[in-house]
Amino acid sequence: MNEIPGDLKFLKSHEWARLEEDGIIRVGISDHAQGLLGDLVYVELPAVGDQIQAGSACAVVESVKAASDVYAPISGEVIEINEALNDRPEVINEDAFGAGWILAVRAGNPEELKALIDPDAYAELLESEDH
Amino acid sequence: MGSSRKTCTLSTQSYLERRICVYKACGMIHRLYNSLIGSRRAMLIYEHSKPGRCAMAQLPPVSNLPDDVPVSMRRTTPLGLPEVSELDVVRHYTNLSRKNYSIDTNFYPLGSCTMKYNPRVCHTLAMQDGFLNRHPYAPESMSQGFMRCMHELQEILAEVTGMQGGVSLAPMAGAQGELAGVAMIMAYHRHRGDAERCEIIVPDAAHGTNPASASMCGGTVREVPTKADGDIDIEALKKVLGPKTAGIMLTNPSTIGVFERHIQEIAQLVHEAGGLLYYDGANLNAILGKVRPGDMGFDAIHMNLHKTFSTPHGGGGPGAGAVGVSARLQPFLPIPMVKKHAAGTFGWVRKKDRPLSIGRLSAFAGNAGVLLRAYVYARMLGRDGLRRVAEYATLNANYLAKKLAEVGFDLAYPERRASHEFIVSVQKQKKAYGVTALDFSKALLDHDIHAPTNYFPLLVPECLLIEPTETESKDTLDHFVEVMATLLKQAEADPETFKQAPRTTPLRRLDDVKAARQLDLALHE
Repeated sequence: MNEIPGDLKFLKSHEWARLEEDGIIRVGISDHAQGLLGDLVYVELPAVGDQIQAGSACAVVESVKAASDVYAPISGEVIEINEALNDRPEVINEDAFGAGWILAVRAGNPEELKALIDPDAYAELLESEDH
Repeated sequence: MGSSRKTCTLSTQSYLERRICVYKACGMIHRLYNSLIGSRRAMLIYEHSKPGRCAMAQLPPVSNLPDDVPVSMRRTTPLGLPEVSELDVVRHYTNLSRKNYSIDTNFYPLGSCTMKYNPRVCHTLAMQDGFLNRHPYAPESMSQGFMRCMHELQEILAEVTGMQGGVSLAPMAGAQGELAGVAMIMAYHRHRGDAERCEIIVPDAAHGTNPASASMCGGTVREVPTKADGDIDIEALKKVLGPKTAGIMLTNPSTIGVFERHIQEIAQLVHEAGGLLYYDGANLNAILGKVRPGDMGFDAIHMNLHKTFSTPHGGGGPGAGAVGVSARLQPFLPIPMVKKHAAGTFGWVRKKDRPLSIGRLSAFAGNAGVLLRAYVYARMLGRDGLRRVAEYATLNANYLAKKLAEVGFDLAYPERRASHEFIVSVQKQKKAYGVTALDFSKALLDHDIHAPTNYFPLLVPECLLIEPTETESKDTLDHFVEVMATLLKQAEADPETFKQAPRTTPLRRLDDVKAARQLDLALHE
């Protein structure tokens, strides 16, 4: 499994959020999540300009096994989506924490990030799930 | 992440266009098939065609010209049908059928969910001329026999499920039954002037059709988690219950194959919050005659007659998703239904008789042929027989679970008694040897055993959902255990070879990822 980057925050449901320098928050699913799903075949993206709510579904990832909602780790306006996923959903399988990002948000309240879990706690969560 | 719902739409095309597409698609699939299996190709019936060849013995005895069709309207070009002999046709279709896997040939541990044995007597009786030739528009006076069967089936199903408000046979499939059930719940709230109740609670282990039905009826889906022991998290349920709760949809036994032990407490909580309970009848096979959804507190239920009541299905139907209700939902039942007059004759219940009905779900009265088979099945088994179905289905599942655990497989819920199905997880084998649930499924095919359901429910990693059904003998179950034990040894000894299965099927492993990624269904000549 890939190393979990230290600059990410996580939801227990395996989404990550990364605060970038310009105050934008990038969102994706974890490497563990892509491993569980298996080969992705389709990603349903929101539209730029959509308002998303923390804890509500903001995208859908579909593999040969299952289709799963991706929950938003933070509320705000979608300002960018990863259009490359339309043609190559497997980018998430290849690089979940990097090129496989799903969308970028301008957060209404960046403080919400503090409620998310840090990489160490997320790694522990995976260990306990993995017993 | 969580379960998701998708909808699909079909473009409207003329019938002719669709037929042409089908023919073209056949050619395309055939070319694909040829490219995949090379010299082992099967020919299309058209490729056997030789000009002038025909089967004289099969010609209709009377072939008069249709004198009543005007000359200008008569066809002048040939029909373009394949020209083949009787033996060509027999061999062609026999060979095609041998590429099929069916419960008529081998064990099918997908269970009642997909394939349960259909007793031949049900077909024989349902195929009598009087039933086959009855036109759906035939007047009531000429349909009394059929209507009596349907009335008795309504009564039997209401009794088996304990639904005091009766049963409608109108839905044509399980999914349509679900839609009807949720529509009735919504209609009930609206009729009481309660416009706020629009939330449908669904456990995370639910069938994907549950949230889909809720959404189709204008509901919002709230998900509740399942605890590690397989029961619903009641504390989480309490948090989502409230003045917006329209109802909850439950499968019991659940999709993970265990009986929800707190169902009465759940029913009480949901009713106190003003919501209703919907029973997904997918796993009714496990409790027939033992415990009734009506007694558990459910207000609406659909039954998959094509599963539990053993009518043929698979490959898209036809199904029958009869719905039953508690007394408070009776006015909303879909029409038509059959009623019995005081004089002992039978008649249709129509909109004027039930003004609050959610209406019709199809042009006529459900899938008549399927309903008849379910009727024969229920009558043939009787009260005691239906109970034995549940007992044997449960006994077979628990026997198989125990035996598989003995040979080294991990049960997902070892501390729980299985219902009619149980889950094995090969997560341990995946970690140790890199073999997956899919590899086991494919390897079973080489032993003439159909794969069980895999990767469902999503809660359990690398899972196989195994359901033997009540009609399999101990010998068959023991054989299955033997094969699974062999596979386990192969997976340990030589995982690379193991992952290459199947080797004996007409087609080997298909590229399911490519097939799903490149959903290019249009034909490019």
